[in-house]
Amino acid sequence: MQTNVKHTKEPLITITSRGRDSMPMKKAWGVRAIAIILAFILCAVVIVMVTGYNPLKVYAELFKGSFGSSRKIWNMLQELSMLLCISLAVTPAFKMKFWNIGAEGQTLMGGLAAAACMIYFGEKLPPIVFFPLMLVACVVAGLVWGIVPAYFKAKFNTNETLFTLMMNYVAVQLTSFCIVFWENPKDSNTVGVINRATQSGWLPELFGQKYLLNILIVALITVGMYIYLKYSKHGYEISVVGESENTARYVGINVKKVILRTMAISGALCGIAGLLLVSGTDHTINRDIVGGMGFTAIMVSWLAKFNPVVMSLTSFLIVFLERGAGEIATKFQLNESMSDILTGIILFFIIGCEFFIQYKVNFRKKNKEENV
Amino acid sequence: MKPAIELRNITKTFGNVYANRDVNLTVEKGEILSILGENGSGKTTLMNMISGIYFPDEGQIFIDGEEVVIRSPKDAFDYKIGMIHQHFKLVDVFTAAQNVILGLEDKKGFNLKEAEKKVAEIGEKYGFIVDPKKKIYEMSVSEKQTVEIIRVLYRGADILILDEPTAVLTPQEAQKLFAVLRRMRDDGKSIVIITHKLHEVLSLSDRVSVLRKGEYVGTIKTSEADENILTEMMVGKKVELNIERDEPQNPEDRLVVAGLNCKNREGIEVLKNISFTAKSGEILGIAGIAGSGQRELLESIAGLQHLENGEILYNDPKTNKTENLRDKTPMQIRDMGVRLSFVPEDRLGMGLVGNMDIVDNMMLRSYRKGKSVFLERKAPKDLAEEIIKRLDVVTPSASTPVRRLSGGNVQKILVGREISSSPTVLMAAYPVRGLDINSSYTIYNLLNEQKRRGAAVIFVGEDLDVLVELCDRIMVLCGGSVSGIVDARTTTKEEIGLMMTKKKEVQEDAN
Repeated sequence: MQTNVKHTKEPLITITSRGRDSMPMKKAWGVRAIAIILAFILCAVVIVMVTGYNPLKVYAELFKGSFGSSRKIWNMLQELSMLLCISLAVTPAFKMKFWNIGAEGQTLMGGLAAAACMIYFGEKLPPIVFFPLMLVACVVAGLVWGIVPAYFKAKFNTNETLFTLMMNYVAVQLTSFCIVFWENPKDSNTVGVINRATQSGWLPELFGQKYLLNILIVALITVGMYIYLKYSKHGYEISVVGESENTARYVGINVKKVILRTMAISGALCGIAGLLLVSGTDHTINRDIVGGMGFTAIMVSWLAKFNPVVMSLTSFLIVFLERGAGEIATKFQLNESMSDILTGIILFFIIGCEFFIQYKVNFRKKNKEENV
Repeated sequence: MKPAIELRNITKTFGNVYANRDVNLTVEKGEILSILGENGSGKTTLMNMISGIYFPDEGQIFIDGEEVVIRSPKDAFDYKIGMIHQHFKLVDVFTAAQNVILGLEDKKGFNLKEAEKKVAEIGEKYGFIVDPKKKIYEMSVSEKQTVEIIRVLYRGADILILDEPTAVLTPQEAQKLFAVLRRMRDDGKSIVIITHKLHEVLSLSDRVSVLRKGEYVGTIKTSEADENILTEMMVGKKVELNIERDEPQNPEDRLVVAGLNCKNREGIEVLKNISFTAKSGEILGIAGIAGSGQRELLESIAGLQHLENGEILYNDPKTNKTENLRDKTPMQIRDMGVRLSFVPEDRLGMGLVGNMDIVDNMMLRSYRKGKSVFLERKAPKDLAEEIIKRLDVVTPSASTPVRRLSGGNVQKILVGREISSSPTVLMAAYPVRGLDINSSYTIYNLLNEQKRRGAAVIFVGEDLDVLVELCDRIMVLCGGSVSGIVDARTTTKEEIGLMMTKKKEVQEDAN
């Protein structure tokens, strides 16, 4: 046949989707383990090339960042539980394929409500009245921030990603505005520790551990969320709406109602996370108190495939890496960017390895007769 | 003479599944070859490897006696191979000629006039009727197909591969297409058609190659074949090809639809003044070209469409009361005690949830039962086990995600669930699409079983042979309105085919 182009070689690599025939669980976890090991090897190469330090020593410090002392372990558990709490909050929304990137703002609103309660009522009301009041205030604040975008989505089909994102900015500005009223000392433009002397409105210590109550509350929420998503009728509806809105309509699920209800839960849980942050941890409020956890939580949730129990592992991984990277930076007097680079490499491998779980890469067979 | 295409030991796997295994095949010059096989037997995969969409894992392809490597559709065109896919790949707002030259690199520049002339010439040569200046969105399905074929010819293809070309055509349109294909063959071109319809194979092709479960079974001359031989090659064993049809027992008016009008989201009327009655104990077939309002009609009855006007009256056999189902949600319909089952066309996008396991899919209809906030999985699990056993569903277990099952098994799960509620009205849209012969017959039997039970069965089908054999009455839709209801026992395929396009001809007359 008359043609100018003759290809004499097969393509080197062909990629095929695994489709129906997905990788077995064990093998998939094997791939993930290999990815983490490879990531650490690459990090070691980078460390040696850039700094000349012994990578094993650096890794030892990385480990110490979370497990170096009992104080560090408690701090790590505290950070883990905060991240996990927000991750649990965004999970029902994401499972419903509602792209809620407004957890940052919803949590901040919860925190703001907690701070307001502590400032105005902390020293006036007895704890038995105060704590339920603060809980309700935080839940309502987060819930409103969650349900507004959901309402517009259900009613006018607005884009929830943009809407929730913009609600974050509103929350930040609102916080700035309140700080002006609450600033202490004057002209510092910060709120300072609220009720430092009396500690009223602070979540109580348990067994002398100031974070233990936070951790227990989040553990309870984790179990609750697991049961809610897996065994309740609501959880089932969330899955159906998330997988296929058409199916949901077909079986008579009221999709709008489910969207509103789920975002209310998502926002309310963010509100509780805000309460734990302000009343249980920092005892102050500022614009950055959530510190990007609202976004990191999305990654935690997706990495765990929306399984609340697995989520405690993925949030541990993130917190462990962040703390370790910070530890390395101070210990070896490295630039903060160095730890960012290391965290980046590790996350790249962890997320990237999902490709190899979803797809199969076929290489050209060497032993096969080459074409003429 | 060297064959136009020769395949040797072609193997292609997807994961652990062999789509094709050691397939050998030759296509001679100037012949029409049918590739026959059931759904999932690897016909399309095999042809996709010739047209550059997939790349074989193993094996060799020879064109004109020379071994070649085809890595992309462009490579395939360089070897003068063109494929017409089942789903058309055309730009709606372009004209026929614009679509034909789309993507062609012409060093002399872009000359639409020239292209239009050439398109018209190709049409004339092979007896196509085509207007090069007509926009795609104004075209009927068969015109669109013509554009696809011309696009391939325009690029100088000598080997044409058509994937299920008659699936969307009326019998008359199919006959026209066959005449064109024969003319091309006489012009020296090689034609390969992928199909699973036996009568097409017998009336059109010179030779037939049969695939079964990805493996090559054999090739025979059409003159030496008949339906029984071909079925046996396809299925691997003898199959009884008759569909039972009992006389309806005590038919009563179960569902009376009157003056239904429905507009879609764009405000276009998709159902126009539809009236009919579905009786208990009979199967009412609905025929029509794809997209004539079948989906909207069934969804209207199921409470999923907003209606402009009209009534859907349901006569309850228990209470003898008549209720209007119009403007009721699926929930309300169920709460009224109407046992309406619906097997939608889009199985994994509507009827089932692909990522959920069989048990969870069983609950879709019934999970609300009871006051508890928690799910009750015992009854759905029993139902799943029962359906798997009774309908021979091939699955590792009841906790396998539905998307991992084959098409036939997915459909058995869906139909099984829908009939488990002992419906008084059962609607099924294209329930055998994509199913192999055995699964198709299982589904026909289930529909017949429901008919005998006294359900009013509404069956939307595309294969007119089946409609004529299975149904008691057939309603023909054309462009959203009813062009007639006929007795399936006395009608012919040709009569139905004419009714499917009736309205268009009336309009043309008016012009």
